[in-house]
Amino acid sequence: MLEKALTGSRRYGILVVILLALFGMGVYFYLRQLEYGLGLTGMSRDVSWGLYISQFTFLVGIAASAVMVVLPYYLHDYKAFGRITVLGEFLAIAAVIMCVTFIFVNLGQPSRVLYVMFYPSFTSVLFWDMVVVSVYLVLNVITGWTVLSSVKEGVPPPAWVKPFIYLSIPWAISIHTVTAFIYAGMPGRSFWLTAIMAPRFLAAAFASGPALLILLCFILRRFGGFDAGKKAIDALATIVTYAFLLTIFFVVVELWTVFYSQVPDDMEHYRFLFVGLDGYKTIAHGMTVAVISAAAALILLINPRTRKKDSFLAVACVLVFLSLWIEKGLGLMVTGFTPSPLGHITRYTPTGTEMAIAIGIWAMGFLIITVLYKIFLSVREAAELD
Amino acid sequence: MAPTRREFLIIAGLSAIGAACPPLGRIIAKETPSRGSHLPGALGAPALTAKRWAMVVDASKCCSDCTDCMTACHEAHNVPAIANTMHEVKWIWPERFANVFPAESHTHIQETVRKQIIPVLCNHCDNPPCVRVCPTGATFRRADGIVMMDSHRCIGCKICLAACPFGARSINFVNPRPFIRKLNLDFPTRTKGVIEKCNFCEERLARGILPACVMACQEKALVFGDVEDPNSKVRQILDKKFSIRRRAELGTKPHVYYIL
Amino acid sequence: MKLYSRGIIIAGIVVFLAAITFPFWYDRGKTIAPPAIELDTPAIEKLADKRCVEDTAFMRDNHMKLLASWRESVVRKNIRVYTSKDGRVFEMGLTGNCLKCHENKSRFCDRCHDYAGVKPNCWNCHINPEEVL
Repeated sequence: MLEKALTGSRRYGILVVILLALFGMGVYFYLRQLEYGLGLTGMSRDVSWGLYISQFTFLVGIAASAVMVVLPYYLHDYKAFGRITVLGEFLAIAAVIMCVTFIFVNLGQPSRVLYVMFYPSFTSVLFWDMVVVSVYLVLNVITGWTVLSSVKEGVPPPAWVKPFIYLSIPWAISIHTVTAFIYAGMPGRSFWLTAIMAPRFLAAAFASGPALLILLCFILRRFGGFDAGKKAIDALATIVTYAFLLTIFFVVVELWTVFYSQVPDDMEHYRFLFVGLDGYKTIAHGMTVAVISAAAALILLINPRTRKKDSFLAVACVLVFLSLWIEKGLGLMVTGFTPSPLGHITRYTPTGTEMAIAIGIWAMGFLIITVLYKIFLSVREAAELD
Repeated sequence: MAPTRREFLIIAGLSAIGAACPPLGRIIAKETPSRGSHLPGALGAPALTAKRWAMVVDASKCCSDCTDCMTACHEAHNVPAIANTMHEVKWIWPERFANVFPAESHTHIQETVRKQIIPVLCNHCDNPPCVRVCPTGATFRRADGIVMMDSHRCIGCKICLAACPFGARSINFVNPRPFIRKLNLDFPTRTKGVIEKCNFCEERLARGILPACVMACQEKALVFGDVEDPNSKVRQILDKKFSIRRRAELGTKPHVYYIL
Repeated sequence: MKLYSRGIIIAGIVVFLAAITFPFWYDRGKTIAPPAIELDTPAIEKLADKRCVEDTAFMRDNHMKLLASWRESVVRKNIRVYTSKDGRVFEMGLTGNCLKCHENKSRFCDRCHDYAGVKPNCWNCHINPEEVL
C-alpha cells in the first residue's frame, strides 16, 4: 500500500516537497544545536523545559484523541464513524512520532537516548511515558494499517485485530494520563501539582484532537474527494463542543481553588499566566489571545446553527485548536517554572533555531499525515468506494 | 508457493531483528563488578564515612559580599563561570533570605535576618524527587545519603531540574571548557548536555578530606558531618540551636540545616 | 515471486558487494606499520617499577572494559580500590590514575585509536593533560 504514496496529483507533489523542505530546514538547525548545545535555544537554568516539551505535551493529547472515533464505533456500533476510524489512527501515528521527536531534540545527550531502555528506572514517570507512548504507536500502526488493508481487499478486518483495537481505547487514556503525571507528581511546582491535571489534559485532548480531525476531513473533502459524511462531522463537532466546555470548566475550577483560597504561591503562577509578573507579559498576551479565541469558538460551537454549518465549524475548530495550543503548550510550560523555586523570574523566548526545529518537526508530522491520508484516499478510490 | 513481495519483506525484517537480539542481550546484561573494596585505606588516608551525611549552615556567620565557599567549590570541581545567567552552572551560591525562605519571610522580620545572605546548594534529600523521576538512574541516592550524579549516564532530559523543589541543579547548555577559569587536573569536567550539582565532595570524602566549601569558609559557617552520630559537630550544633530546612513541608527530607 | 528488472538488480547487487567489501580488498598486499606508542613520559620515567595496572597484552585488549567497570565501581558503588591480577593495589580512575602516567595522549592514546579508527569521547570530560601543560 505504501507505493500509493509515490503517485498523485501535482498539488500532492508540491505539498510533499514543501513539507520536505521545511523538515530539511529543521534538520539543518538541529545539526547546529547538536554541535553547539542546547544553549542555542531559549531555555535557561530556571526555565529548563520550553517549546519542545510543550509541543510534546500538546501532541500526546492529539494522539490520544483517536479514541474519540474508535470508542463510539467499536464499543457502541456508531456506524457514522466507521469510515474515519483509520483517519483517527493515522493522525495518532503522526502525532506520536512528532511527540517522540520533540523529546529527542530536547535531550542534551541524544546519543544516549537508548539508556532509557538499557538502564530503566521503574520509579521514573518519564520511563513509563516512553513505554506507553511507544506501545500506543505500535497499536495504531497495527490497527490502522490492517483495517485499511482490509478495505483495499474489500473484506471485513480480520478477527485478530479486534483485541488491539479494544486495547488502544484504554491505552489512549493512559498515554495522556501518564504525561499529565509527569507534571502532577512534582512536589516543588505548585502550578502543576494539581489532581485535575490529567482530567484537564484529557478534556483538552478530546477538544483539540477531533477539532483537527474535522479540519483534516474538510481538506480531504475539498481536495481528495472523500466525504466523511454530515453525521460523522456533526458527531465530532458535538464531541469538540462538550470537551471544550469541560476544559474551560476545569480551568475555572482551578482558578477558584487558587484565588478563593488566596494561597500566595499558587496565585503568583496564575497571575503570571493571565496578567504577567515583573513586566514579563509575553505569556499573558498569549493567554489573552487564547481566551478571546476560546470565547469566539464557544459562541460558534454552542449555537447549533453555526456548529452545523461547515464554514463556521471550520473557524471554530481553528480557534479551539489555537486556544488549546497556547494554553496547553507554552502557557502550561513556562508558568510552571515562573517564578523559580528561589523566587526569580527568568524570561523565556524561543530562539530562531528552536522555532525552526519545531516547525521542521510539525512539517514532518504533516508530511506523515499527508502520506498516510494519500494512501487512504488511493485505497478507497481503487476499491471504488466513494 | 513462492512468497509475495510483502511476505519476503516481513520475513527479512523479522530476521534482521532476530540477528540483532544477541548483541542486545549482551548490552542489557550487567557487567561483572571489578575486584575492589570501599576503603582506600590501603592507599592513603582512610575515607570519611557516615551513616548519613548532613551539613549545617550557620548563615548568621556569612558576610554579605563573601563567595569563598562558591569559589572553592567551583575551582575544585571545574565548574564553568558563564556570564549569561540563563546558562549559568552553579553548585553552591548565595541568595537573599526572602528567596531562600519565602514562607518564613514577612514584612517585620528581624532586620539582620532580612539582610542575610544565605548559601544554597543541593540538599541531598532522603526522599529526593529528582532521583524518583530520572529515567536512566543517572542521579541516584547513596546509602550514606549523598545524591550522586553519574555524568556518564545522564541523557540531559532535564526532568530532574523540573522536579527539584530547590532549584539546586544546572545543565551544561554549552561546552563548559572555555568557561573554566582554572582547570583542576585532578577532577574531570562535564560535557555539554549533562546535568550537574553539588556532590557533597564525595571524591574528597573518599580521601579523608572535608568538602571544599567547608574548608574554605573562614567564618566556619559551614559544618559537615554524620547527623546519625550523636557526637558529631553537626549534631552538637543542631542540639543547641534552632534550625530550619528549606520547604520542609514538601517532605523531601532535606539534609542541609540552616541556623539564622 | 517474480524478479522484475533482473539485469539492473543483479548489477546493483554486484556493485553493492564490491563496495561493502572495499576495506578488505583495497589494501591487500600492502603492509601498514602498527602504531608506535610512546611510553617515555616524565611521570613514567620517575616510576621505580615501570608497570601498568595490568600487563600490556591485557591492557591492549581490555582497557576499555576495565575503565567501564572502574567507572561503574567508583561512581555508582563508591568502591575505589582495585587489586590487579598480581596483587598490587591501585586507586581506580582515568583522571586520577591512568592519565597521571600516560600524560601524552597525542603520542600514546591517539596512536592506536587513530589506527583503529575509533573516537572515544572520554576527553570531553577527563582533561587531557597535554591541554594544560
